[in-house]
Amino acid sequence: MTTTTTAVPVTTREETPPVRRRRRGLAPGRRLPATRLIGPALLLALWAAASAAGRLDPGAVPAPWTVLRTAGHLWTAGTLPTDIATSVERAAYGFAIGLVAGVVLALASGLSRVGEALIDGTVNLNRAIPTLGLIPLFILWLGIGETFKIAIIAIVVYIPIYLNTHAALSGIDSRYVELAEVQGLSRLRFIRQIVIPGALPGFFVGLRLGVTGSWLGLVVLEQINATSGLGYMMFQAQNYGQSDVILVGLLVYGVFGLVSDSAVRLIERRVLSWRRTLSS
Amino acid sequence: MAPHTEQLTRPAVRLRGLTRSFDGRTVLDGIDLDLPAGQFTALLGHSGSGKSTLLRAVAGLDHKVTGSGRLDAPERVSVVFQDSRLLPWRRVLDNVLLGLDGKDAERRGREALAEVGLEGRERAWPNELSGGEAQRAALARSLVREPELLLADEPFGALDALTRIRMHGLLRELWKRHRPSVLLVTHDVDEAIVLADRVLVLDKGRIGLDLTIDRPHPRSYRDPLLGEYRERLLAALGVTEDHA
Repeated sequence: MTTTTTAVPVTTREETPPVRRRRRGLAPGRRLPATRLIGPALLLALWAAASAAGRLDPGAVPAPWTVLRTAGHLWTAGTLPTDIATSVERAAYGFAIGLVAGVVLALASGLSRVGEALIDGTVNLNRAIPTLGLIPLFILWLGIGETFKIAIIAIVVYIPIYLNTHAALSGIDSRYVELAEVQGLSRLRFIRQIVIPGALPGFFVGLRLGVTGSWLGLVVLEQINATSGLGYMMFQAQNYGQSDVILVGLLVYGVFGLVSDSAVRLIERRVLSWRRTLSS
Repeated sequence: MAPHTEQLTRPAVRLRGLTRSFDGRTVLDGIDLDLPAGQFTALLGHSGSGKSTLLRAVAGLDHKVTGSGRLDAPERVSVVFQDSRLLPWRRVLDNVLLGLDGKDAERRGREALAEVGLEGRERAWPNELSGGEAQRAALARSLVREPELLLADEPFGALDALTRIRMHGLLRELWKRHRPSVLLVTHDVDEAIVLADRVLVLDKGRIGLDLTIDRPHPRSYRDPLLGEYRERLLAALGVTEDHA
């Protein structure tokens, strides 16, 4: 037996040998805490500085503190709380209906051939029509009240959830189907223990797209046909040239989007904790 | 070791005129075969010789394949695949318990994991295991069901050589303790010789050679007496030592 000792560096000089070979690392390196906030913070600082220096037309881009003051004013003396409540309610109803519809349709279509024949083509047809193009028809059918707004948001939400969940369901690895047969799983258990957990990653992709979609639908609907809500507030502000009010509306929309997306991501991380990817 | 006479009288698997074909191409051509209960059998063959088709037929996994013939197999059959086929979203213990019922199922699952040397890894996720560990978990999953027949489709094919040798010892030991009939499909002649008491060679859809290996266990790759078996098996596979 010969033992190779090439791993031990031979030192001919006095200096201590390097602990490891120098090799260029290709991974981007460890992520520093809160680094993602640096970009937005810089932008905010630039905006504040430009406003303070008087380089921005306050009629077009009001200063950050003006926006905050307007927000405070609208909150205490204005209609901002009710506007927010109205908007959130619309988005939440639409989103909830879209979520349930997307999941139920995906399950029905992904787990049975009859369901697939009836549902999949229909949904894809629905997808081909831009949902916002349905607005005139829905106003005729449902009137200009809340029902039509919720219906449009639900459609915007259910399509990505259906598509991604259905793709994940029908993409279940056939080797797992074989395993379920060998282990003698009943159909119900097969669905509960293999199909649904296997489809969850796809479902979450759809869920995140759906959440974004619900805010997008909301913004469009409230600016076209509404007498209340955030979009209505912004639309009115446009008529009166109140750019600070518009910015308050955008700020609230931004917070909504950020909070809902973070919530979905948090749930996703919890539920899919078995997945270890590059980002972990 | 002494054969269990009372077990050997009743065949665990009985095939009569088993035929299977894909798109008009006959893969299994009227196979007659008895596997006695408790016997450790290896099935050798080239890739494409139909050995996996035979295993899948016995496992009842070939719904979409045209074929005929009679097939009797036990009620409790377990299959070990080449990949460990652990569900990545279930922890190791839950993978072992897949499809298992009863209130003592968890205890049995833990025992099975301990038997394959994975004690303490019950709560691990499958992608935290090495290839050998994953395959041991797969063995535990198949054994916890106390199968009468264990079918293994190249179970060590994806492992490195050192891990494979360790797994050979483990499989043989588990077989000795539980005594299921084993049908091990492999293309590795040495693996078949070291592990099995009977080696079948599948050639052109038929059993080309049926060889009983009457040597004590544990066997070593270097046992010169096994060389004779190796030559006969290689010849049946159409390989001579010069070319090998």
